[in-house]
Amino acid sequence: MHDQIEQLQQAIYAQLQDVSSVRALEQLRVETLGKKGSISLLMRGLGKMTAEERKQWGPLLNGLKDKVGASLDARYQELADQEMQKRLQAESLDLSLPGRYFASGSLHPIGEVIEEVTAIFAGMGFSVAEGPHIEDDFHNFTALNIPVDHPARQEHDTFYFAPDEEGRRPVLRTHTSPVQIRTMTQQKPPIRIIAPGRTFRCDSDQTHTPMFHQVEGLVIDQDSHMGQLKWTLETFAKAFFEVDHVVMRFRASHFPFTEPSMEVDIGCRFEKDRIVIGEGDDWLEILGCGMVHPRVLEACNLDPQIYQGFAFGMGIDRIAMLKYAIPDLRAFFDSDVRWLSHYGFQPSHMPDLVGGLAP
Amino acid sequence: MKFTLSWLLEHLETDASCKEITDCLTKIGLELEEIEDPADIFRGFVVGHVVEASQHPDADRLRVLKVDVGQPTLKTVVCGAPNAQAGLIGILAQPGCVIPSTGAVLGKGKIRGIESEGMMCSGRELGLSDDHEGIIALDHATAGADAAQALGQVDPVIDIAITPNRPDALGIRGIARDLAAAGLGTLKPLPMPELHPDNQLVVDHGIDLEEEAAWRCPYFIARRFSDVNNPSSPQWLQTKLKSIGLRPISTLVDITNYFTMTFARPLHVFDADKLKGRLHVRLAQEGESLLALDEKTYVLTAEDLVIADDRGPVAIAGVMGGMETGCSEDTKNVILETAYFDPVGVARTGRRLNILSDARFRFERGIDPVFTKQGDMLATAMIQELCGGVYGPAASAGDAPKAPSPISYSPSMLKRLTGMDVAHEVQKKLLEDLGFVVEQQDIWQIQRPSWRPDVHGAADIVEEITRLIGLDDLPLTPLPNLQASMRPVLTARQRRHRLLRHCAAGLGLREAVTWSFLRQEEAEIFGGGKANMRLDNPISSELSDMRPSLVPNLVQALVRNHDRGFRNLGLFELGPVYQSREIEGQRDYLTAVMVGNKAPAVWHAESRPFDVFDAKGMLFHLLTQLGVQVHNLLLKREAPDTYHPGRYGALFLGPKNKIAQFGELHPKVAADFGLNQPVVVFEIDIDAVPFKKTKGKGRPQPEWFDLQAVEKDLAFVVDENIEAQSVVHAARGANKKLIHDVQLFDLFRGGDLLEGQKSLAIRLTLQPSEKSLTDAEIADIIQQVASQVQKATGGVLRG
Repeated sequence: MHDQIEQLQQAIYAQLQDVSSVRALEQLRVETLGKKGSISLLMRGLGKMTAEERKQWGPLLNGLKDKVGASLDARYQELADQEMQKRLQAESLDLSLPGRYFASGSLHPIGEVIEEVTAIFAGMGFSVAEGPHIEDDFHNFTALNIPVDHPARQEHDTFYFAPDEEGRRPVLRTHTSPVQIRTMTQQKPPIRIIAPGRTFRCDSDQTHTPMFHQVEGLVIDQDSHMGQLKWTLETFAKAFFEVDHVVMRFRASHFPFTEPSMEVDIGCRFEKDRIVIGEGDDWLEILGCGMVHPRVLEACNLDPQIYQGFAFGMGIDRIAMLKYAIPDLRAFFDSDVRWLSHYGFQPSHMPDLVGGLAP
Repeated sequence: MKFTLSWLLEHLETDASCKEITDCLTKIGLELEEIEDPADIFRGFVVGHVVEASQHPDADRLRVLKVDVGQPTLKTVVCGAPNAQAGLIGILAQPGCVIPSTGAVLGKGKIRGIESEGMMCSGRELGLSDDHEGIIALDHATAGADAAQALGQVDPVIDIAITPNRPDALGIRGIARDLAAAGLGTLKPLPMPELHPDNQLVVDHGIDLEEEAAWRCPYFIARRFSDVNNPSSPQWLQTKLKSIGLRPISTLVDITNYFTMTFARPLHVFDADKLKGRLHVRLAQEGESLLALDEKTYVLTAEDLVIADDRGPVAIAGVMGGMETGCSEDTKNVILETAYFDPVGVARTGRRLNILSDARFRFERGIDPVFTKQGDMLATAMIQELCGGVYGPAASAGDAPKAPSPISYSPSMLKRLTGMDVAHEVQKKLLEDLGFVVEQQDIWQIQRPSWRPDVHGAADIVEEITRLIGLDDLPLTPLPNLQASMRPVLTARQRRHRLLRHCAAGLGLREAVTWSFLRQEEAEIFGGGKANMRLDNPISSELSDMRPSLVPNLVQALVRNHDRGFRNLGLFELGPVYQSREIEGQRDYLTAVMVGNKAPAVWHAESRPFDVFDAKGMLFHLLTQLGVQVHNLLLKREAPDTYHPGRYGALFLGPKNKIAQFGELHPKVAADFGLNQPVVVFEIDIDAVPFKKTKGKGRPQPEWFDLQAVEKDLAFVVDENIEAQSVVHAARGANKKLIHDVQLFDLFRGGDLLEGQKSLAIRLTLQPSEKSLTDAEIADIIQQVASQVQKATGGVLRG
């Protein structure tokens, strides 16, 4: 019996020497420790032995079983590690090869700036109003105190359509101011709106395009005055240009729909390829504003003895150029993919006052 | 409005510097556009005495000069001018100077081996004359003296912008008055001349101011002169006019221009010997014409006011005089016209005839009617002084329009509108300095000056005071908080636009902004081009019609990029299309166009061009973002002419509501744009997409099941012309309770299939809700699907 055990052990260890794969090792485990394995068969023989014999051979056989089991486990670990090594080597890739392609989209600066302006004025309680681009004479001119024969009309370089059967001659709106009229005739004060959008003038050169963008602001209440106008514009300028300090200069001017009327310059410094807002001794005109003319209020059936307020307007393209150092207005409408990519904004960028305006 | 500083100072007594004056002009609403100060123009130019002139050793035509500029050492200057001789006093431009005629910066340089330390300048180089024969030679000037002084160029030319409400500032005296009121000095008095007319010398047969023309010409004065001389005007007057860019013509004409610029008082002079009979101020007869001073012939209508003699029109009133009756060097006898024409009438005629004249510019903005009489007197004195001869008494018709009734003004109005506290006395003083007459009662009664036709009401009075004081000291007042501040400011529609833009860009498309108009032919191709959507006065024929679609302008943008070598890209725009003039006809679309490769060729994959399924995938993604249940969409295939008829789909929500379309641009249309490859397009009619219906902010209960769903794949053999959607719809309808989803996942042709057949494979998702499905139940559902599909499409389930 002793010899038998000894032989078996030698045979098993000899086989274990030759095993070179996890699969062969598992085969060997079945052949030795499996139900019908060589060691299991010997152990089954214990049942037929006397108690005396069992006491002698039992521990020996159990010892063999444990020893072989431990050796198989150890060898298994070794082989598994080797095999993993081989697999990893085989699966190795040249990761300097390019990854899969994702196209990059972008958003136009005009939309970005409209969202920025909206975020700022939303914080001051303004909502966003809209109006049609093809306007009638009343909303674009007459209600804004620009009568037919007034020279101010000629200064607008208006695009006209042919008259209809009733002789009405629509225009492409020359400014966003008609939205003031639409708002005041549709809602009661207090009114606080901005109206961004496309505007059109028959003018085209290095610094003018026949289509451009403006944003209008309108505040109507019983006591809105120029001190509030000044605060509103200064608050806006600081927020928009993202500076702690701005200097603004209010110059007397003339717009038929406001009285008094002012043009506003912002203090700046001209550098080689950009304009720095908030410092320096130069001035840059950025907007026009004033107190809404009593005749405009009357045209909207608001009593100027009770209601008053202010309006302002500025060029969206222009403030976009200033803030983001974009040199050429004409390029805004050319859709050159290089320009869209260079001056555009990331799709996920949502300007707000919490996370910041400019990315 | 251009004027020189010295001209202004003839009317303004002040110690202020030129800078203080221009700063003040800008502040009070007369904005400085440009100032040309000779001191700046000639900075760095000095008087140079040529001490020695010797032949250049290496160039026959050049001389080497030694020039004294008042410094210890002489400057060496190489010069080619024939008159560069010792003893000449000229102007030396030193390196770094900007040459006025060219704008070039003068450098230091060697000329044929000899270093030149500057350039002796000609009159043309200095921008002073056309003379380029030789260098400028002065009679006497100290070496090294400032060139501007030595050349007599000391008067800054100021150009300011005048807003249309300020006709008074279209004359230099009006500008001086405004500056004085703003505290920058005092307005010099304007004494009226004493006239001694020869009462024999009357305007022939008088003036005939017709009744129906009276509103157009309330006041007309004419005066006759005889035996005048009309040579070139004196040097001082020529210099004045030239300095502001006007060409001197003759003394009489120069005098009228002088009055226009100084007093905003246009005048007209007729050669009396060329007039026949009476002067008529009347409306033109339809079809009458006049050869005007600009050498063009204008055909007049009964809307136009003219000055006529017995033969016909001799001037278009307030706009331009006639050529034949104008004054020349030979003129001996003259009629001077000083009139007040109605602004509206002049504006209409001027606009219709498209004549831009200094007279029209002033009359249509409203000149000072009261100054008519003084204008005539001052001009008479000046003509007499410069042209000699004798003059008769003034003949006149009508009278200056009456002053309007006074404006009621409460001084508290200023605080109400501006928030500024300004003492009543200060308000009154400022107004009086501007020429207003203030009667101080509880409510002030204010008479505006005759030269300020723009002032009508209390708000204008506030503006006058505000513009003189400025807003610099006005404290900032925050806007009061409105309840509204805590609510979202965007409407549902505006929020949807914002979402779409960001999502579309997220798909890899680039946002563009293109013109709202396009060429007529393109508008026609894309369903527009109707006459009522065409501009009367387009900027060019390429931008004549309102766009009926965003596609053409975006495709043009693709072409421009293509031509620059950028051939693989997708662009989108969210913006208006214009279907009619009404508000409802102006709709916002989101449109995208794609061309070239969607992905470039890389090591593991071939390049892949954009195809219609890219467009469809993006479109469905965006519609999903808007809350559209895309499986409810119905695809219709009747393509408009602009699309490839076999590669087009219109998407309907319900039978009539078309919300989007996509496909490939018709190859012929693409080729007409210059693109000989597929262009893929999708368009969303955003306003046609219904808003998501939500009840409150709470989400609905989720429909999740404890039991796992079962997926079953089925393939059907159908005829080639059967659309995938009909198989999917039939399958979906076979058992609505258990079939939760149907996806088409495979399309196969060939193999054992016959010609004209294809196999469409769908994946059913079966979702049991109460108990697991048995094999028999699953087989039953498959049978239902097979029979529905067969009924709808004739398709046979593959084994």
